[in-house]
Amino acid sequence: MTKFSLLDHESVPIHEIMHEAELKSVLSKYSIEKEQFPKIRVEDPVIKEIGATIGDVVKIKRKSHTAGEADYYRLVIE
Amino acid sequence: MAIGESTIETMTRDMPLPANIMKTLKEEVLRAGVNKKQMEEIIEQVLLEYEMACIEPCDAVGVVAAQSIGEPGTQMTMRTFHYAGVAEINVTLGLPRLVEIVDARKIPSTPMMTIALSKEGPDDYAYDREKTRILAWEIEATKIDHIADVTTDLSQMKLIIDLHEKAMYGRNITIEQVKEKFNDELNVMVAISPDIDNQVIITPNEASYRELLQLAKSIHDVTLKGIEGIKRVVVRKEGEEYTLYTEGSALREVLQFEGVDRTRTTTNNINEIYEVLGIEAARNSIIKEATDTLREQGLTVDIRHIMLVADLMTCDGEVKQIGRHGISGEKSSVFARAAFEVTVNHLLDAGMRGDVDLLQGVTENIIVGQPIRMGTGDVHLVAKKRPNVLAAKDDCEL
Repeated sequence: MTKFSLLDHESVPIHEIMHEAELKSVLSKYSIEKEQFPKIRVEDPVIKEIGATIGDVVKIKRKSHTAGEADYYRLVIE
Repeated sequence: MAIGESTIETMTRDMPLPANIMKTLKEEVLRAGVNKKQMEEIIEQVLLEYEMACIEPCDAVGVVAAQSIGEPGTQMTMRTFHYAGVAEINVTLGLPRLVEIVDARKIPSTPMMTIALSKEGPDDYAYDREKTRILAWEIEATKIDHIADVTTDLSQMKLIIDLHEKAMYGRNITIEQVKEKFNDELNVMVAISPDIDNQVIITPNEASYRELLQLAKSIHDVTLKGIEGIKRVVVRKEGEEYTLYTEGSALREVLQFEGVDRTRTTTNNINEIYEVLGIEAARNSIIKEATDTLREQGLTVDIRHIMLVADLMTCDGEVKQIGRHGISGEKSSVFARAAFEVTVNHLLDAGMRGDVDLLQGVTENIIVGQPIRMGTGDVHLVAKKRPNVLAAKDDCEL
């Protein structure tokens, strides 16, 4: 049986690892440290799939009921 | 003179508005046909309105959410069982279901799956009744009771299983498979009867009554075919498409089946979604299950309140309950925890450990009688001390 991509599932939004520059601009926009972001486990199936490591910040493009599309950020923790 | 699409695009490019408001704005403006001056005014008004609609800093959103969900909750029926769509699958609804969701129970009281079928071609599973029926039997757990009569022969010290040919055919299972399965699972002597058709004889390893009776019990638990835990599968046609509904849930296993649409198959077990699809899918599932439960009862709660609850439950990367073992139990403040449940234990433990409460939250400040850090209570005047005020005065007069 071929393995399918979890990201294809309709209730899994797009997760992507953030680049240093983009991360910096987001951090300064909210004036916070990255430890203040919501967390996501490194064992999370989606994190395994995109191959993020501890300390990375993932950007999640949520389909929002109220805003149409909304960006969310999570810090990968163990 | 009305402005064109490209001008509207450039004028609205840097507006800090959510995607769907922008979309509506562009569409409406284009439809009405406005000139540049009107457009500027519209943009100004929209930004103003948006700012007015935003929640203010220091607003107690959690309390508002709690009340907004709690009040309709009082009108929910205490004990409702409802049948999903066709009167066949029983699901918990109403208040018990809502409690189950916010308590983040590992297994809901009535787990249920909706299995979407693949529909790539015109004769794919979703449009083919026969294929769907076969898949349903593949998924549904078949136990010995479904396909046979079991008799315990005490004089001969053996179990006689008479298989029904018709039932076996319907479930696409053979006598050899039954024999194999019992052999693997029970580790006993299993033989196909040489004299009588469709009969299997099981002899216990040890010729004792105790052993025999135990065996008679345990063969009922063996899953001969299908997925353990899926008690029943119901086929339904919705529009053009066949969909399977199951009683019992096993998302990971079901996703492995050929013909299952892996992008649309879902379960009402939030914890299972978390394990298979991750935290973001679990958050979406909490929102969906909670709104569906409320809507089914004819109650409308703004989705923002439920989103807040779902975000809070999932913010640490795992699904946490709202309660003693989750959000409330993990507060850093001793007073806040003591105010929630098991007061004395918390105070005693904190006293023994010598904990310090910094009085930063709401609950603890109410307990000690100080202004809480919400609304105007969270605004402080910060004065910058200038070392040389007199020298600065000269600058001002210039």
